[in-house]
Amino acid sequence: MAELKKQGNKIKCLIWDLDNTLWNGTILEGDTVTLRENAAKTIKTLDSRGILQSIASRNDHALVMDKLREFGLKDYFLYPQINWNAKSQSIKQIAELLNIGTDTLAFIDDEPYERQEVSFSMPEVMCMDAASLDNVLAIEQMNPLYITDDSKNRRQMYIADQERRKVEESYSGPSEEFLSHLGMVFDIYTATTDDLKRAEELTVRTNQLNTTGYTYNYDELNGFIKSNNHLLLMASLTDRYGTYGKVGLVLVEIGESAWIIKLLLMSCRVMSRGVGSIVINYLRNEARRRGIRLLAEMIQNDRNRMMYITYKFSGFSEISRDGQTIIMENSLSDIPPYPDYVDVRFPNFPQQEIIQ
Amino acid sequence: MTLDEIKAKVKPFLFKYIKKPDLKDDEDFFASKLINSLFAMQLVMFIEKEFKIKVEDNDLQIKNFNSIDSISALVTGKLGTQGG
Repeated sequence: MAELKKQGNKIKCLIWDLDNTLWNGTILEGDTVTLRENAAKTIKTLDSRGILQSIASRNDHALVMDKLREFGLKDYFLYPQINWNAKSQSIKQIAELLNIGTDTLAFIDDEPYERQEVSFSMPEVMCMDAASLDNVLAIEQMNPLYITDDSKNRRQMYIADQERRKVEESYSGPSEEFLSHLGMVFDIYTATTDDLKRAEELTVRTNQLNTTGYTYNYDELNGFIKSNNHLLLMASLTDRYGTYGKVGLVLVEIGESAWIIKLLLMSCRVMSRGVGSIVINYLRNEARRRGIRLLAEMIQNDRNRMMYITYKFSGFSEISRDGQTIIMENSLSDIPPYPDYVDVRFPNFPQQEIIQ
Repeated sequence: MTLDEIKAKVKPFLFKYIKKPDLKDDEDFFASKLINSLFAMQLVMFIEKEFKIKVEDNDLQIKNFNSIDSISALVTGKLGTQGG
């Protein structure tokens, strides 16, 4: 059975201190620093697992970057925070820039004081003593269930995001101008067995843009793609800066007179692209064309209000509510056209057996 | 707070996202457009923070947010009932 997401599961980003954590010695005291044993191996292995890495170090920025370049490790770190601020502040900044929840962060530092400062202000961050560096790779939270193509390319995808953001900031015109510049191709397709690992990963990793928080394991998802009563759709997005990977998933329960959206989720990386609404619109159009109702389950929590608003602003209204669990129905009227700035590709659908 | 005062606060926020200087107060800026979840969320959060009101689930209907007039009417109503 699907179960509700548990808090505090897998780590998405490990944040490193440098002096006497990543390397031996204190760079500003003129020490000749040497990488700690297993540091490079740990960084490279985590990277291949799709775990992002960053830095919170009170240090001189230029000096540190030169040293990281010398060690061949510079490119492994996203948004390194090398400054004189409190580490908790640097960590918050990293979470914001990566757009991931602070309860998916881990922090490694040799100074008990720094770990305490972070723990005090952000108890949800997993803090580790640098002495346990050799153990990092073995920690359960550092071992994703699956390593998918999306996880292997994750760092590259975030680097492409950094590029986009720079370009976006340089656009003073309407945001649609920037969106047109991106040349996005959004592909909605019916899932196959090749997608299931990533599909499971998405149900576990996605919190904010997730309508119900149901997680499904590989076998359950495999059941849905074989079932005549379910439709499992995936969505991928690409633009001129590269691919965002497989960023969305929708599970629809097919009834005779209604489709019920059990789960709709989108990666936070595509939050400002309007693609969640494209999926909802696609489902509205399909339901209307078939002359059936379109319902959606929604389970509210403290993080997915954005999805509730998106549903409500896309023609859904509540028809019943039991605590946090809501059933909504779409009016199927006033469905806007797909935007010009995205090339939308639709599934090879309907499959014969699904037509009622 | 008067309706005009509310509008004076809402407009600068909207014009950060909607690059349409001649947007009329009663013009529907969501009409025939897809919702960008991030903008929708930012709009709701802006209203809650700026006017110190709580936007309830029932208020979250596009007709309350699709023009400068409708947003101002929602805020006025909320300020009346929730104080503020």
